Amino acid sequence: MNDIQRAIDAVWRIESAKIIATVARMVREVGLAEELAQDALVAALERWPQTGIPTKPGAWLTTVAKHSAIDHLRRRKLLERKHEELGRELEAELETAASFADAMNQDEDIDDDLLRLLFVACHPILSPEARVALTLRLLGGLTTDEIARAFLISEATVAQRIVRAKRTLAEAKVPFEVPRAEERTERLASVLAVLYLIFNEGYAATAGESWMRPSLCEEALRLGRMLAELAPQEAEVHGLVALMEIQASRLRARSGPDGEPILLLEQDRSRWDYLLIGRGLSALKRAEGLADQGSYTLQAAIAACHARARTAQETDWKLIVGLYDALLRQTQSPIVELNRAVAVSMADGHAAGLALADALTENEILRNYHLLPCVRGDLLLKLGRQAEARAEFERAAALTRNLREQALMLKRAKACS
Amino acid sequence: MRFMMLVIPKGYESAEPGKMPDAEHVAEMMKYNESLQKAGVLLALDGLHPPSAGVRVSFKNKKPTVTDGPFAEAKECLGGYWMIQVKSKEEAIAWASRAPMGDNEIIEVRQVQEFDDFPSDVQQAADGFKEMQAATKS
Repeated sequence: MNDIQRAIDAVWRIESAKIIATVARMVREVGLAEELAQDALVAALERWPQTGIPTKPGAWLTTVAKHSAIDHLRRRKLLERKHEELGRELEAELETAASFADAMNQDEDIDDDLLRLLFVACHPILSPEARVALTLRLLGGLTTDEIARAFLISEATVAQRIVRAKRTLAEAKVPFEVPRAEERTERLASVLAVLYLIFNEGYAATAGESWMRPSLCEEALRLGRMLAELAPQEAEVHGLVALMEIQASRLRARSGPDGEPILLLEQDRSRWDYLLIGRGLSALKRAEGLADQGSYTLQAAIAACHARARTAQETDWKLIVGLYDALLRQTQSPIVELNRAVAVSMADGHAAGLALADALTENEILRNYHLLPCVRGDLLLKLGRQAEARAEFERAAALTRNLREQALMLKRAKACS
Repeated sequence: MRFMMLVIPKGYESAEPGKMPDAEHVAEMMKYNESLQKAGVLLALDGLHPPSAGVRVSFKNKKPTVTDGPFAEAKECLGGYWMIQVKSKEEAIAWASRAPMGDNEIIEVRQVQEFDDFPSDVQQAADGFKEMQAATKS
C-alpha cells in the first residue's frame, strides 16, 4: 500500500459508517447502502491519487454516495413505472422522497442513522456470527480480509456470511429504524451481546497468536464508546463499556512471557492500564446513575472492585459476594454461582466456598465445565486435602481443550503431594 | 495504537498568565472534541495554562534550578493535547487534519510508547513505572 492508499484507508475507517448510515436512510436497505458507499470509495481510489485528498474527504465521499443513491432511486422508480405498479406504491414513493429530501439537508440526524445501522446489523434475524461480521464491516469499516484474519477463518467464509446477512435483511424487509418500547430492550440486548462477543473473541486469545485479535478488543471498545454517545440514557451500555474498559486494562498483565495465563489475583497490578481503569470507573459511575441496571453493570461493578484494590489482599470480597448475589438474581447462571463460591471462599473462608462449589457438582450445565474441578481443586488444596485436590486438577486437565490451561492444571496436580 | 496530538499555538510561549482562548474558538473546539468522542477514539484530553504561569526546572550538574516563566529562549510551547486510540498513524493524521486550528497553530502527532515496545532489559529497569502512573492517575 502506498501513502495515498493508506490515507484513503484512514479516511474510510473514520467515515464509512456515517456514509453507509446516511445512504441507508435514503434507500432503506443496509446492504445496498453499503454497496453504494463502496462505489464511492472506489471513485475516491481512482480520483484522489491524481487530485490529492480533498479538504473534507468525508463530505466528498458522502456526496458521491448520495448521488449514486439518487440514481438508484430514479432507476427503481422507472422500473416500477414500467411494471405499472404506480398506484399502490405511490404513497411509499412519496415517503421515500420526503426522507430523501431530509437526508440531503439534515446532517445532524447522523447519530440516529448510526444507531439504526447498529441495530440493523445486530438484528436477531441473523446468526450471531453474521451479526458480528456485519457489525465489523458496516460500523467498524473493517475489510472482509481483516475480519477473516481476526476470526482465523477464510476470507470466502466471511464474504459469504456478509452477503447472506445482507440478503436476509433485504428479504425480511427489516426496517431501517431503532425499535421502540419492549422491542428496543430486547434488540439493545442483542447489540450489547454482539459487542461483548467481539471483545471476548479478542480477549480469549493469548498474545502473539494473531496481531488482529487484540485489536478486536479495541474495536469492540471503540464501538461501545460510540454507542455510549449515541444512547447515553441506557445504563447497560455504560455498564458494558465499563466492563470492557476494566477488562482491557488487564490485557498486558494476564499472560506471562511465554503466553501462559496469569490469574487475576496473581497479576502484576503495576502492569494494568490505569488510563483504561479510570475510564472504566467513570463509565460505571454513569451506569450506576441511571435506571434499569443489568448484568453488564453488575459485572463491571465486580471488575471495579478488583481494579480499585492496589493489591490482591486489599480486595473487598464481601462487596463482591453481594454483587454476585445481585447478579445471580438476574441471571441464575451456575457459572455465576461458581464465581460466587470463589468470592465466598475469600470472604468467609475456604470451607464455606468449598461447600457451595460441592453443591454445584450435581448441576447438569457444569458437568463438563473444567473450571468447576479447577476451583474445587484449589479450595481442597488450601484446606490441606492434597489427594482430593490432585484428582480435581487432573479432572480439570482432562476437560479443558485449551492446551496452555491443560498444562497448568497438570502442573498443579503434580504439585499436590 | 495510541497517539498524542500535541497543540503548539504560536505566541502562547509569551502569553500573559491568565490568557484564555476566546469563546468562539472554544465552541469550535468542543465540536471537534465531541466528534472524537462520538467516533469512540478519544481517550483523554487537556489544555495547559501558558508558560508564563509555569516554571522550568533544569538540572545543570544534577542540581535542580527553578526558573519562572515565560521562558525567553523558548520558540514554541505546548498548549494542550488529545490522546486518541486509532488503528494507524494515517488515521491519527486524518483526525489531526480535522482540528479547528488557526494560521498560528500546529498539531504535532506522536505515537505513545507502549510498555511492550521496550526491550526486556529496559522493561526490567522500568519496573514499577506503571505503578507510578497508577499512583498519579487513580
